[in-house]
Amino acid sequence: MSSSIIEMNGIHKAFGQVHVLKGVSFDLKSGEIHALMGENGAGKSTLMKILTGIHSKDQGDITYKGKEITFKSPKEAEKAGISVIHQELNIIPELTVAENFFLGKEKTAGKTGILKNKVMNEEAKAWLMELGIKLDPKKPASDCSVGQQQMIEIARAVSANSEVLIMDEPTAALTKKEIDVLFNVMGGLKKKGVAIVYISHRMEEIFTMCDRITVLRDGASVGTRVINQTDFQEVVKMMVGRELGEQFPERKGMPGKVRLTVDNLSSSTGVKSVSFDLREGEILGVAGLMGAGRTELMRALFGADKSSGVIQIEGKTLKKPSPKKSIRAGMAFVTEDRKGEGLILNQTVRENLSTAQLNQLSKWSLLRIKKEQASATDLIERLRIKTSGMEQEAKSLSGGNQQKIVIGKWLATNPSVLILDEPTRGVDVGAKKEIYQIMNDLTVKGVSIIMVSSELPEILGMSDRILVMHEGKVTSIMDRAGADQEKIMTAATGGE
Amino acid sequence: MKNTGIIQKIGPFLGLILIIAVLSILSPSFLDLNNILNILRQVSINALIAFGMTFIILTGGIDLSVGSMLALGAALTAGAMTAGFDPILAILIGLLIGAAMGAFNGLIITKGKVAPFIATLATMTIYRGLTLVYTEGRPVTGLSDAFSFQMIGKGYVFGIPFPVVTMFLAFGILWFILKKTTFGRGVYSVGGNEEASRLAGLNVDRIKIGVYTLTGVLSVLAGIILTSRLNSAQPTAGTAYELDAIAAVVLGGTSLTGGRGWIVGTLIGALIIGVLNNGLNLMNVSSFYQQVVKGGVILLAVLLDRKKAA
Ligand SMILES: Nc1ncnc2c1ncn2[C@@H]1O[C@H](COP(=O)(O)OP(=O)(O)OP(=O)(O)O)[C@@H](O)[C@H]1O
Ligand SMILES: [Mg+2]
Repeated sequence: MSSSIIEMNGIHKAFGQVHVLKGVSFDLKSGEIHALMGENGAGKSTLMKILTGIHSKDQGDITYKGKEITFKSPKEAEKAGISVIHQELNIIPELTVAENFFLGKEKTAGKTGILKNKVMNEEAKAWLMELGIKLDPKKPASDCSVGQQQMIEIARAVSANSEVLIMDEPTAALTKKEIDVLFNVMGGLKKKGVAIVYISHRMEEIFTMCDRITVLRDGASVGTRVINQTDFQEVVKMMVGRELGEQFPERKGMPGKVRLTVDNLSSSTGVKSVSFDLREGEILGVAGLMGAGRTELMRALFGADKSSGVIQIEGKTLKKPSPKKSIRAGMAFVTEDRKGEGLILNQTVRENLSTAQLNQLSKWSLLRIKKEQASATDLIERLRIKTSGMEQEAKSLSGGNQQKIVIGKWLATNPSVLILDEPTRGVDVGAKKEIYQIMNDLTVKGVSIIMVSSELPEILGMSDRILVMHEGKVTSIMDRAGADQEKIMTAATGGE
Repeated sequence: MKNTGIIQKIGPFLGLILIIAVLSILSPSFLDLNNILNILRQVSINALIAFGMTFIILTGGIDLSVGSMLALGAALTAGAMTAGFDPILAILIGLLIGAAMGAFNGLIITKGKVAPFIATLATMTIYRGLTLVYTEGRPVTGLSDAFSFQMIGKGYVFGIPFPVVTMFLAFGILWFILKKTTFGRGVYSVGGNEEASRLAGLNVDRIKIGVYTLTGVLSVLAGIILTSRLNSAQPTAGTAYELDAIAAVVLGGTSLTGGRGWIVGTLIGALIIGVLNNGLNLMNVSSFYQQVVKGGVILLAVLLDRKKAA
């Protein structure tokens, strides 16, 4: 391997009173895939934002290709050959796929400013095809799933032909199929000498793809390891400062009688005659490929989209379901897209944690602030949300901690049917385990859980039964005992 | 974070103090108690409308029809009085009509899914047209000289003009609603992220209809105060009032994209506009220049605000 293309030394950064980076060092070589790991809020995204000129550093120096440099804007960094795929999607929903793809670097006829739409549509389509994604470039981005939006961003970054590519949790919204393609592409880039920073909380990915690992903890570097001289245990220990043990808790709950039945549920968003039931204390895992209609099924079930069919809870039929009615019937819905549907970004942590339980926190419409604060304190502790206090704006939390807020907001409603759509998206290993533990405890109390997940180990590790979808239809419902990755993938691709 | 929030909140207040300081130096009679009460009375009309506008802008909406609602509400109230209704009853009818006009705005926006700007642009014209139809383009005069009606625009309570008392009373109630009730929280949430609010079980449509209804009531209340002061209802009353109301909200630091802001700021914003009007009048600045100065101040305030936010 050649010498370092990027070196960061003694980087410090504080937001107001909060010291986020405390002397971090990091180096990246050409042609390597370098994993950057650490718990939620450790400072990974902040470090990369400093590198690419989004945040300014308080102290420390950055060397790029042998020269000390400080980028003043992401545009400058991109010109110098560094592109970024950010953790939070930066898609403009009103624009088309191709318009998003070319945002800020549109192709024009000479210097006129007249757009060459035809060329751009074709090129965007071609780049997406290269990533194995078939998308109409003229489709509005708002009609794309979170996974598809993520692929647009990846394609956009890859197409820039940069020497350095920073990927901040690119796979969090993707299923195995896209991840495999993505890894192929990354392998190709690596061969061409591109240096890649790869941030992810999925350990298997790190160990299959990366050459070196640097771990951050609480804003400080813990160390860098070459991949084949370390193992899962050591990395986890570096990240959390202790051993974690088994990732999945032993499932203790025994499913009881049927609580929820869904009969012939269809929606205009692509759900086709889905029927299943859900028992007390049961976890039903929902698997499928990108675009299989898993999120759409959950939205229809929760009353977020119009649907036809029958939904019964405790024997009672939900007539004309709406989120409000579903919540009253005991449902809760942790959505996949935390920025678009989960959080109110410029409200505080406290306010976000109350949005779904305003009824419990008020009397005759009067908010009881003391009660609200107590509830927030409790949830922050229970989910170990890392904040500078409950008055911190949700916007400035790290990605994983934002995810925990969305989960906390719904746990607060004490649901009897909890729908989780990619609940551990962007959540670190330790916190993942805590979420699994919470799910387990809930099922012991009789709560029924539906968990959509693209992580097959998670599906296999937590579910009592697994429902697999393909093109809006259920292709298989299997018991955990008889399930394995292969069977799920077969059903997910429409096979038997 | 929290600190910048406080600076941002203090900003409009400092601006107000600065303008008052400058004006009191330039014009010695500016700080007379009488002049101050006079300013407050002039401000009360715009402030009441701007309070409602704050709720609407917090949800991410806008209401251009406030001036027309003011005129139609006032004309109908006056009409009811000339028709022999008890003044109190006439006022209640007026306020009810205000609620109905506001609710209609809200219904078009939520159920009809029309953008607030367009919806209220249309109803602005409709309500104004109805006012002209009803009044036949002439002022409604010969109003009741009952104490209750005269009091509203011209009375005093412990030396304080009644409209000023009304303004502060409304301010107190609305501040409480925004800060301490689930409805108030809902207003912020809907403006912050409508889809997240809907999925969290908030009745988004009801909240939106609520803020437009509230604004309808407040606009007509302002109209009744105006009618009482002038002893007549003018068919062209309230023309372009929406601009001052929006300016007050924005000067107060409330974001036009919704979800962020506060009603205290709106009160300060309305005071800034009122103080400027009054001071420039005292100094005999021509009304043409006054407009230039007012616009300049608004621009400056918003620019400073942007700078701090960055
Ligand atoms: N603009 C900001 N203002 C205040 N605090 C911030 C801001 N941005 C980040 N932080 C804080 O900095 C810390 C580090 O955040 P960062 O996003 O870098 O974490 P991360 O390692 O990327 O975590 P995750 O795995 O959850 O994405 C967090 O505690 C976060 O609350
Ligand atoms: Mg991050």
